[in-house]
Amino acid sequence: MTTSLKTELLAIVMILSVSCAHAGWKTGTTLPDLTKFKLEGTIPDLTGKVILVDFWASWCGPCKASFPSLEKLKKEYGERGLVVLAINQDKTDKAMRSFLNDHPATFSIVRDTQNQLIAAADVSSMPASFLVDRKGKIRHLHKGFHGEKTLAEYQQEIGALLQEKSGDKQ
Amino acid sequence: MNPQPGNPKSFKIIYSSCFMLLFLLLMLCGLSGCGTVQPWERGTLSDYTMRPDRDPGTESFREHVYFTREAAAGGRGVGGGGCGCN
Repeated sequence: MTTSLKTELLAIVMILSVSCAHAGWKTGTTLPDLTKFKLEGTIPDLTGKVILVDFWASWCGPCKASFPSLEKLKKEYGERGLVVLAINQDKTDKAMRSFLNDHPATFSIVRDTQNQLIAAADVSSMPASFLVDRKGKIRHLHKGFHGEKTLAEYQQEIGALLQEKSGDKQ
Repeated sequence: MNPQPGNPKSFKIIYSSCFMLLFLLLMLCGLSGCGTVQPWERGTLSDYTMRPDRDPGTESFREHVYFTREAAAGGRGVGGGGCGCN
């Protein structure tokens, strides 16, 4: 194999590896500072909290199905230190408001107006959620919503995360 | 034998090479139109108007045409495979 052919093959492999690389949120990575993204709405105080970051949109059926479960989790664990932060991906505020009128929620909702945050998270499906521990590390990922099964997983994982102290080693 | 400049054969080779190069470049330009629809960009695709079965009348007409042409029905959803056994 000639040197030029080797170089060309190497270049192709490099280009493919770069294009296939995912720089999204993974377990163990730190949740970025959400104020740096153009989010519409009030971000609650997240310091020392267990956070459930959920990406949703009004046009997404499973997202709609997950709302009662998110509400239940907030009621069940909110006082113990869980913050449910739902990040809306609708193109317009009107679409989000219209959905929320039909499906009222008491947990925190902000709108990712330019889809910057979800692009940074690089999710592969909707809804997608991330459970973040008290130290700001992403500990669990969830793709989609599968009813009671997902709710049970959330409850188990949130329960365990809430028991950890802010200074606990992972 | 190497084609000599001014030779009609060499002109033909250069011309076909340029044509191939241009063709490949055009093909590469076409690739720039390819893209992945991200999960958060599927709002339009999930709209009701994008459903092929949104109009019951049209759907029934299509089904009738399909049945007439193929002597089979169903097989468009998860409910049946066109065998009539479900």
